[in-house]
Amino acid sequence: MLLSLEPRTQQSRAMLVLSPLLAGLLTLVSGAILFSALGHDPLLTLHTLLIEPVSDLYGLSELLLKALPILLCALGLAVAYQARIWNIGAEGQLLIGALAGSALAIHIIDWESRWALLWVLLAGSLAGALWGALAAWLRTHFNANEILTTIMLNYIALNLLLYCVHGPLKDPEGFSFPQSAMFGDASRLPALFEDGRVHVGLYFVLLALVAVWVLLHKSFLGFQIKVLGLDQRAAGFVGFREKRLVWLALLISGGLAGLAGVSEVSGPIGQLVPQVSPGYGYAAITVAFLGRLNPLGILVAGLLMALLYLGGENAQMSLNLPQALTGLFQGMMLFYLLACDVLILYRPRLTLNWRRRAPVAAAASA
Amino acid sequence: MDLDLLGNILYAMVRCGTPLLLVALGELVCEKSGVLNLGQEGMMLFGAVVGFIAAFVTGSLWLGVLMACLAGMLLASLFAVVALGCQANQVATGLALTIFGVGLSAFVGSAWVGKPLSGFEALAIPLLADLPIIGHMLFNQDLLVYLSFALFLLVAWVLLKSRAGLILQAVGENPDAASAMGLPVLRVRTLAVLFGGAMAGLAGAYLSLAYTPMWAENMTAGRGWIALALVVFASWRVLRVLLGAYLFGLASILHLVAQGIGVSFPANLLAMLPYVATILVLVVLSRNALKTRLYAPVSLGQPWKAGR
Repeated sequence: MLLSLEPRTQQSRAMLVLSPLLAGLLTLVSGAILFSALGHDPLLTLHTLLIEPVSDLYGLSELLLKALPILLCALGLAVAYQARIWNIGAEGQLLIGALAGSALAIHIIDWESRWALLWVLLAGSLAGALWGALAAWLRTHFNANEILTTIMLNYIALNLLLYCVHGPLKDPEGFSFPQSAMFGDASRLPALFEDGRVHVGLYFVLLALVAVWVLLHKSFLGFQIKVLGLDQRAAGFVGFREKRLVWLALLISGGLAGLAGVSEVSGPIGQLVPQVSPGYGYAAITVAFLGRLNPLGILVAGLLMALLYLGGENAQMSLNLPQALTGLFQGMMLFYLLACDVLILYRPRLTLNWRRRAPVAAAASA
Repeated sequence: MDLDLLGNILYAMVRCGTPLLLVALGELVCEKSGVLNLGQEGMMLFGAVVGFIAAFVTGSLWLGVLMACLAGMLLASLFAVVALGCQANQVATGLALTIFGVGLSAFVGSAWVGKPLSGFEALAIPLLADLPIIGHMLFNQDLLVYLSFALFLLVAWVLLKSRAGLILQAVGENPDAASAMGLPVLRVRTLAVLFGGAMAGLAGAYLSLAYTPMWAENMTAGRGWIALALVVFASWRVLRVLLGAYLFGLASILHLVAQGIGVSFPANLLAMLPYVATILVLVVLSRNALKTRLYAPVSLGQPWKAGR
């Protein structure tokens, strides 16, 4: 039996939607196999991983809380990736957002007015956007590859954050722990419900969702971005200005990632700590691809990713599985997705004959 | 600065540059065949963890090195299936490989964090090691560093002098013409990707078995990405890869230099230096877009299928 791929005459619309689902299914199957190989009951483990964390209201609010930074980052990345600008720097932009927001929040720790929160959020988003703009500047002025510069900026941002929590922003009364003082109440994001941690940052996600959808699907700017992504030369011929679009894409994705970062520190964490992000910026890359760079798809993929994070923590607590499970599933899912995407342009065909020429001969005689 | 200090700095520079050299040589071969594999970081981490576990369990460092190379090749073969077999976007596939490798290595290694292991010891070559300045730097290293010298010579010879090198470059420059000449484009590319995986695995093993004999999550700290920049820096020329690797090695140990000349500086800020240096180098080198285009393999990053 031989599996071969035949080119389709046009890309399959069904597979565009089915391929992420197929990838998810394959990940689940691989996960089940992995768990039974490790001596766990596969169904029980999957239950612990994917269902138990969201089986009550508190779990659901935790899910939204986790999804919040991932979704903000992923929505921004979708804009950049539509233009084929490979911004891998959401993690760094998020960290810088958290850092700048914290620096301001510590500075105005005594403020009572609600404006404090606004300024803190603004500082975080702007810093994230600036961190993205740095990559845009390096690309448009010096032609430096944005994949490499944004990755390097991630490491620089992380070290900058570590330097600040060990140095200038360290809480003098914090028993030499590397963390800042707790923010004042005025610069904390208020919770949405009484008994959950999910906060008003959720509205930012909804706003971003709508804004990115309008930008990508209803605006001329979004059209320009997509043309640039599909064919750089064509975009040049019609006179779309590539440099401006590069700036725009990186500013938007950087700003949203910065907002995600500052929402974390002024939301659930309440202070600057070294572990602001357990890899949200990298998870967002997977989410953006899994959601097909489409806001609605990203919403679904982002919730799924948040579930994986929660499930990873749950599996660690109740089954003593390493929390790195989350990262493993992330990678698997992205890999399966890319492999399944081949079905968009090709049709799989099983031939029962071992000889290679057989399908051609059969076609000729038919 | 006295001679002893200079000797020590040069010694540390080579030690620090070795993992970069190994990964970059693998990536160079891979890119010469026209394949851009951004998964170096993932393959390196997986090699590091597998090498460490194998050495820990069996007690044989060399078995660890072998398993690390195989681990790198295993991940590389996944890349080959998806990017070469299914012709997926190489950038996305490479990213996926890195994300997968980071997660997989953390998962596999979670029980091994912080376990002690006595790694490769320095092995002084008699007489040569006593040479002033360069003796300590070149001839008082561990066996994996000597292996990296040998691998450099091998790759340089293959690329510059051998028929295999010509085939590799033909496939990278013009796969259609190479295919028309009867060269097996996909097979050459697959082999190049596998070689890259083995080298990344070896570099990982160097980190977890010689440089700092232990396993920690994300212990490669972006070296796989720096190596990618290094290949651009070297304009795809093998001798420059060697120079670049040691130059970056030097940038990573500048804190040692700073200590030596009595300047104190926060450790986290100094830790940024290799990354800042990478960006600076990219800026200086890519400013001339034409030059980059001239040196880069023409079909770099483009999927290819026979008969298109």
